[in-house]
Amino acid sequence: MKKFALLIAVMAIVAVFAACAPAVQPTAVPPTTAPQPTAAAQPTSAPQATSAPSGGALTPVTLQLQWVPQSQFCGYYAALDKGYWKDLGLDVTIKPGAVEIVPQQVVATGGAEFGVAWVPKVLASIEQDADLVNIAQPFQRSGTLEVSWKDSNITKPEDWKGKKVGTWGFGNELELYAAMRKVGIDPNNKADVTIVQQPFDMSLLLNRELDAAEAMTYNEYAQVLEAVNPQTGELYKPEDLNVINFNDVGTAMLQDGIFTRGDWIQDAKNQETAVKFLEGAFKGWVFCRDNFDDAVAIVLKYGTTLGKGHQAWQLNEINKLIWPSPNGIGMMDEAAFKRTVEVALGSQAIKAAPKDGVYRTDLAQKAVDALKAAGVDVTGANYKPETVEITKGGE
Amino acid sequence: MTESTLPGALVKNTEDDVMDTLGADVSVPPPDRSRSLGMMLLRFALVFVFVIVLWEGLKFIGGTPWRFSTNDGALFNFTWFPPFPMKFASDLNMPHLWDIFGAFIQPAQRNGPPLIQVLAQAAVVTMQAALAGFVIGTLLGLLLGTIFAHSPLLERALVPYVVASQTIPILAIAPMVVVWLKAGWWSVALLAAYLCFFPVTINTLRGLRSPDPRAIELMKSYAASRWTTLWKVRYPSALPYIFTALKIAATTAIVGAIIGELPSGLGEGLGRVILNFNSEYAIRPHKLWATILFTALVGILFFVTVILVERVMTRNMRKLES
Repeated sequence: MKKFALLIAVMAIVAVFAACAPAVQPTAVPPTTAPQPTAAAQPTSAPQATSAPSGGALTPVTLQLQWVPQSQFCGYYAALDKGYWKDLGLDVTIKPGAVEIVPQQVVATGGAEFGVAWVPKVLASIEQDADLVNIAQPFQRSGTLEVSWKDSNITKPEDWKGKKVGTWGFGNELELYAAMRKVGIDPNNKADVTIVQQPFDMSLLLNRELDAAEAMTYNEYAQVLEAVNPQTGELYKPEDLNVINFNDVGTAMLQDGIFTRGDWIQDAKNQETAVKFLEGAFKGWVFCRDNFDDAVAIVLKYGTTLGKGHQAWQLNEINKLIWPSPNGIGMMDEAAFKRTVEVALGSQAIKAAPKDGVYRTDLAQKAVDALKAAGVDVTGANYKPETVEITKGGE
Repeated sequence: MTESTLPGALVKNTEDDVMDTLGADVSVPPPDRSRSLGMMLLRFALVFVFVIVLWEGLKFIGGTPWRFSTNDGALFNFTWFPPFPMKFASDLNMPHLWDIFGAFIQPAQRNGPPLIQVLAQAAVVTMQAALAGFVIGTLLGLLLGTIFAHSPLLERALVPYVVASQTIPILAIAPMVVVWLKAGWWSVALLAAYLCFFPVTINTLRGLRSPDPRAIELMKSYAASRWTTLWKVRYPSALPYIFTALKIAATTAIVGAIIGELPSGLGEGLGRVILNFNSEYAIRPHKLWATILFTALVGILFFVTVILVERVMTRNMRKLES
């Protein structure tokens, strides 16, 4: 029947058309085969290609993030946008994360050279035979809070007893559980406390379906303040909330760290690449500290549906987690690492203390030295946070 | 055997003869007036108005207080306190419809383009992958259905696996496909195809078996080959079945593409928009609702396209009927 042949023919034409589409539209091409899609949109990075070291070819490397573009990763996007990596001879592709992307897996299987993830999660992966090494620790402090309404009267960990306490789980519960155990609450005992699995937004707390909710200083805490109190028609205020900060409780763990594959970093040439990568990334973070508004604009460019107010708040809080870095940005704080290991052991996130060599500071040190030699302030000793105005809906 | 080996006169009339023989079996129901586009739109509008009234009515008696005021509250300031507050009707769970539809024209980002423009750009990216997946899935489904229709052995051997493939949640498969194909555009298209091929396979199989046995016998008496029978009797009578499957596949292709975008880390499509608004639902629920509505529209667009193609291709069948 001819009409049926027509259907097949139409389908074939459509298929060809659809298959050609990604070639026309660079956004859909796998990032390794073409210039980063967003590169076309940034006039700033194009001319800088000429200032790349002679010899021409850039070394391609990939960075796997743990979530979608947002201010939490501002330093990396700034390094990309400002061409810092290109100047150092690297062609860096940033792979955003998503719900089901585990950066440790991606790096361990060779899908990326570098990854960003929380230190205890990387330690757990290492224990399960992933060959990973932390090479830099930009976040010196933990950004995790447990937030509750003032009228719930939860001002210290002891007050969680008998309450409905939320956490995201998936390794984000370790600080909370350690804080509970510290005051004699067993998180696995329903008689002590009811643990509630939270979604990624704060609707459960806003709906008062739980008493305390896990929140990052740089994201979910702001979401509560950006929401409208239906009773007053105004935004919620910090005075409406009680906040428990795990840095104060003493169970804080190190969060966003940069790691790579152990056998890859054995190679001297790769070590050189890693130092350059870190130098560019650190320079990006310094940019985010010193050029706040421009840095927020870069983030918004990479995440077209993100709210400006929310991302400004986020970058300010992220900067607070990084700066000051007394030993230079990215240098591992040994005491904080020890505490991270202790908390992870206490929660059985890892079974044995990690061997020496799960982190190394020599590469970060080289990058810091290079920046210092160029006159960059790598410690941020005089860093002062910005004042960010809360906007309704984080718009 | 090809057509030229058949006696000329017979070949010429085969199609019409067969159609006459089959009568009602092959043809879609006659076009009745209630299926015209105007009536369809009218009914859609009626249901739409009903939903609006129900939604806002619920909010009127059980939602969070309605506040109308100028920015400083000086000119007018009016608040309606619903008498029976219910949690599920709060602004967080059920935003006002004017907020949801207003979100389309509001900027997605301060000083940025309106949300609808951002959504349209994202939809183009998602639709490309969905379209490719739809085509791949449909062709695969037609092929499998045709093979199964002719080989009961293969049908018995393989159909259970085809069914099994659909009982596995796509959420479990998506990350694997992404690892195999290295996150990219093709992994998204493949996931869309994965959801599409199943209904097409099953309905093709069913459709190819649907002709009146007398029609098949007639073809045999003409000494028609399997291929000719397939082409002249089986496929035409399978068309309504196939198009039913295509309508299902059209909508699932969009779903498959969006789900595929998430583990792929691809940021240009609707998947990322949904993810972003989802993780900030507490502060701007109306934007997620708007995005969901828009995504539904994209699915409907695919669906309607299939219907239009179906109308064109089965037009002659209806003529036979009258």
